[in-house]
Amino acid sequence: MSEIKLTNVVKRYGRVEVVHGINLEIAHNEFVVLVGPSGCGKSTTLRMIAGLEEISDGEIHIGDALVNDLPPRKRNISMVFQNYALYPHMSVRENLGFGLKIAKQSEAMIEERVGEAAEILGLSELMDRTPAELSGGQRQRVAMGRAIVRHPEAFLFDEPLSNLDAKLRVQMRTEIKKLHSKVKTTVVYVTHDQVEAMTLADRIVVMKDGYIEQVGTPMEVFNHPVNTFVASFIGSPPMNLIPARVESGKVKLADGASVPVPNRLADKVRDGQDVIFGLRPDDMTPEGHGINDTGQVATLELTVDLAELLGTETLLYTQLGGQDALGKMFDPRDVAAGETLRFRLSLDKAHLFDATSGKSVRL
Amino acid sequence: MARTKSPYKTRLALTPYLLLSPAFLVLIFVVALPLVFSLYTSFTGYRLVRPDTLWNWVGTRNYERIFADLDFWIAFGRTILFLAIALNLEFILGLGIALLINRITWGQRTLRTIMMFPMMFSPILVGYQFKFIFNDNIGVLNNALQSLGISDAATPWLVDRYLALGSIIFAEVWMSTSVFAILLLAGLFAMPRDPIEAARVDGCSPWQVFRHITLPFLMPFAFIAMTIRSLDVARAYDIVDVMTGGGPAGRTELLWTLIARVGYDNARMGQANAMAYVSIILSIAFTYYFFTKLVAARRYMGGAA
Repeated sequence: MSEIKLTNVVKRYGRVEVVHGINLEIAHNEFVVLVGPSGCGKSTTLRMIAGLEEISDGEIHIGDALVNDLPPRKRNISMVFQNYALYPHMSVRENLGFGLKIAKQSEAMIEERVGEAAEILGLSELMDRTPAELSGGQRQRVAMGRAIVRHPEAFLFDEPLSNLDAKLRVQMRTEIKKLHSKVKTTVVYVTHDQVEAMTLADRIVVMKDGYIEQVGTPMEVFNHPVNTFVASFIGSPPMNLIPARVESGKVKLADGASVPVPNRLADKVRDGQDVIFGLRPDDMTPEGHGINDTGQVATLELTVDLAELLGTETLLYTQLGGQDALGKMFDPRDVAAGETLRFRLSLDKAHLFDATSGKSVRL
Repeated sequence: MARTKSPYKTRLALTPYLLLSPAFLVLIFVVALPLVFSLYTSFTGYRLVRPDTLWNWVGTRNYERIFADLDFWIAFGRTILFLAIALNLEFILGLGIALLINRITWGQRTLRTIMMFPMMFSPILVGYQFKFIFNDNIGVLNNALQSLGISDAATPWLVDRYLALGSIIFAEVWMSTSVFAILLLAGLFAMPRDPIEAARVDGCSPWQVFRHITLPFLMPFAFIAMTIRSLDVARAYDIVDVMTGGGPAGRTELLWTLIARVGYDNARMGQANAMAYVSIILSIAFTYYFFTKLVAARRYMGGAA
């Protein structure tokens, strides 16, 4: 069994604390994605699990072993780096087999494992090339191959796709997903890209400023963000967050417009409470052009400042509560700038956050 | 009219030659003429004190003589030995220093500058300094050894056949280890951190990381240093001349001290020039060797260094 357990893990550089006592349990064979903006401590956390950074306080267990003081080589993990980190003076074959060679495995066993990894990743044709002769995607595949040949307890990925171009990134994303279904192992994956997090993760860990903001399945994190940070970070385009105040059963926006308090949240707010009204662009659609406009709905006349046609949908830039807000038009027709449309706001999907704490009123 | 070029076109055609002529003249007078002249004299019985012997063509006699001369071959072999020991010591020490400095987080630049101090001194002065340190009667080293009770003998550092060469090598190494240290440190600074971390995760002990990742990466830098230093050491003269003068009894005689003795003390410039040409071929051989290694090491690193 290879679960990973972090207990009150702290990282300090000198006097500066960058990771503030985080707790996290990662189950056997689970794919966990640490996601957050740069500087949120996600990479540092991963590097502490790998043993490349010392742990200032707290405990990290891999399997049953406390690994705080174990060097990386004794943790039986493998890691894929953002810059691939291939050994430039070794061929693909040698790169793949290096870890096993160091572990003094038999030639036959190395050959078998390397062949197996090459098969899985489609590297068989490239075995005698050096990293300099490979493309970015191929290098990343070699880096992943190097990780899987050792049959480690866990894979650690540190932003493995950031150096690839957009198209390749999508392709490699699916390959990583397939890889995980073939090679069942615990995975900890760090990225700043919430799309990667959503598509790959069994569970997402959203981090900010050295704290864990929310842990949950992609569905939970997307549908039930615990605070405004998670709400704005997960989902693209991001959720509209409009300052408002609860007044006699209505959510009154800054510009005087108001919508009813969503029924499911009615007993969670009190009159006079300052809140932030959150609504995803997908849930704010012109009449006849929505997909989620059943259930409790509010309608508002809004003027479109700018329309961006994406093909299957159009992004509508408008103003809500005196703020820029984004709506979507599915099954789009041409919309001229300045046109006023009747928007239907799906209140079943709306969120309310406390204005002072930023926390969801649901909690 | 069609057959003769216009004056303008003639001028235009001549301009490149005119513009290049200063460079050519300098090259001819500074490089080509002395080279041809010295090569010519190596085939004559030219003696400094008798200019008329310049016209005394002796064919390859000078070369035949030095090839048959045991003293020349001993100096030749000793130069290679001197070079091999000095370069290896400098490489190992320089590597150690570079690795240590790379570990510290504060004062790297200052240390790098301090490291270069020995290179800023004239080799003659370094020679004098070490001659004083190694002196068997009044030298600092013997004095220290005696005061500390480690030895009460007056060790003849500069007189004993092995110790004398060792002492000179010590001075040479003291003066120039920083060439290696600085170049290797530059290599360490340029080295990507990722492969090292990948190797650590891949199961390498610190020694294995060094052996399989760091060292291959540094070898191109080491070969650059070796190329520079092999040229430097192969022409060693000043430090040797000051410390031992090639003595005692020719036991620290290197190629260039021998050449200087033959050329200036014995005034047999023709023969000295013949020796000089042989020693230049030695230098070229070393440079070529290290340069080949450098190219190979670069190719080995796949263009990463």
